[in-house]
Amino acid sequence: MKRILEANIGLVFFFLYVPILAVVVFSFNSGEQISVWEGFTFSWYAKLFEDAALWRACRNSLIVAGVATAVSTFIGTTAALAIERYRFRFRTALTRCLYLPVIIPDIVLAIALLTFYVQTPIPLGLVSVIIAHCVFNVAYVTIVVRARLQGYDNTLEEAARDLGANEWQTFWRITFPLIAPGIIGGALLAFTLSIDDFVVTFFTAGVGYTTLSVHIYSQLKFGITPKLNAISTMLLANSIVFILLFLWFQGGAATSRRQDA
Amino acid sequence: MHRNYQRFVLLFPIVFWLLCFFLLPLLSVFIYSFLERGTYGGVRWIFTLENYGRLFDGLYLGILWRSVSTALVCTAVCLLLGYPFAYYLARYRPKHRNILLLLVVVPFWTNFLIRTYAWILILRTEGLLNSLLGSVFPNWGPLELLNTPLAVQIGLVYGYLPFMILPLYAALEQLDMSLLEAAQDLGASPRRAFWHVTVPLSLPGILAGSMLVFIPTVGAFLTPDLLGGGKVSYIGNVIERQFKTARDWPFGSALSFMLMGIVLVGTVLYFRTLQQDEA
Repeated sequence: MKRILEANIGLVFFFLYVPILAVVVFSFNSGEQISVWEGFTFSWYAKLFEDAALWRACRNSLIVAGVATAVSTFIGTTAALAIERYRFRFRTALTRCLYLPVIIPDIVLAIALLTFYVQTPIPLGLVSVIIAHCVFNVAYVTIVVRARLQGYDNTLEEAARDLGANEWQTFWRITFPLIAPGIIGGALLAFTLSIDDFVVTFFTAGVGYTTLSVHIYSQLKFGITPKLNAISTMLLANSIVFILLFLWFQGGAATSRRQDA
Repeated sequence: MHRNYQRFVLLFPIVFWLLCFFLLPLLSVFIYSFLERGTYGGVRWIFTLENYGRLFDGLYLGILWRSVSTALVCTAVCLLLGYPFAYYLARYRPKHRNILLLLVVVPFWTNFLIRTYAWILILRTEGLLNSLLGSVFPNWGPLELLNTPLAVQIGLVYGYLPFMILPLYAALEQLDMSLLEAAQDLGASPRRAFWHVTVPLSLPGILAGSMLVFIPTVGAFLTPDLLGGGKVSYIGNVIERQFKTARDWPFGSALSFMLMGIVLVGTVLYFRTLQQDEA
């Protein structure tokens, strides 16, 4: 029995990692073919620096992800605070509605936003993409911040108020530092989701506005070159940095909570 | 009064955002699904039920069935691979467990487009799998693997396996081991204890993982598009075509609405089962 379980572990990791490793290995391949090994080279990485369209797409992705992360972190954090702190009439309805963008397939969200945009003065491009990303990001940020608020000690705030702090001081000196790991975690998740998103961007960007994912998609559709392996490897490295950051902040959260107890 | 004001300030951004950019768009796609298609891609504001009528066309019912059955197979395969994995992981030495868990999380945070592209590298005619098979069995011709339903199925399992493993692990890790000991002390065989104690107690994880896999796969667009090569249609691809090439927005909206309906029915069933399980 144990043997079977161990074999399954090996199988799953093999399945999860062989494709990713293949991309990384072939990004150093000197041949023109994407998957036939001919020799070692860094030249595909060098070529990335000359690719103006790629850098424009990259810059667009960073702008979209940056703004969408800032906006959704603010909205998500205030929403999480409101839901955890107060009892009000549409509370259940609000929480259900909040998680709906996570539940419905992304293509449905994309179509809904597209049909909405064409009826408004909002032009398809930078602004429409940022708004669209915020819709799903807000839900994820709220989930992460709420999780942090649930293990939260209310007596600290009461103590601050007893000692004469006003609401504003209490929030910035007590509440914010305590939930900061949750907020940072939510923001990192939102940023990653935003950079990775393809489907929602593809439908709401209109013609001519390209983010990194849309750029990669069009390359996949109209001629794959080994350069794509190099782009993929760079993005992979980027993801790993982000996970480590996320875990570092969440890990810090876990230890500080233990110290509180 | 002061508290009411504070509550309003905290609630305003989220309520405003959800109303304007989520509920209004949903309403808009709902309205579109009852309109007539315009001659040059737009819509004509005339009420019609025809878009929904077309859904019952044999062609679209077939595509719908393919999407749903593919998503079900994907969920089942993920569960079969993921359950023993999570089970073993939950009992692993805590020190090394986090490293293994991290290795599951890495693909979860990696760009989906790239993870799908990786399979093109492996499955294409001159890809890695065919060159490996070719060197072992030189007499075989290369297999046509890419642009088949099998490629789509593999890509979907690959894409969503971490979504199954993580909730399963969360459920199995909390499992009280003394219950299993109690079952065995009372004479249950390990197999019996597994089916009567472990599985029912991990049901919330099984359900959550199945939801997280089924929902995105039933509406998947990217995986069938890249690994199916547009040769096999799934509902996500049909929707995309209505908006990008066929320019039949009302019909695309009706398809989207139906897809959302399927997903919402699934979600309601999920919460029902969960409540019954708790009761």
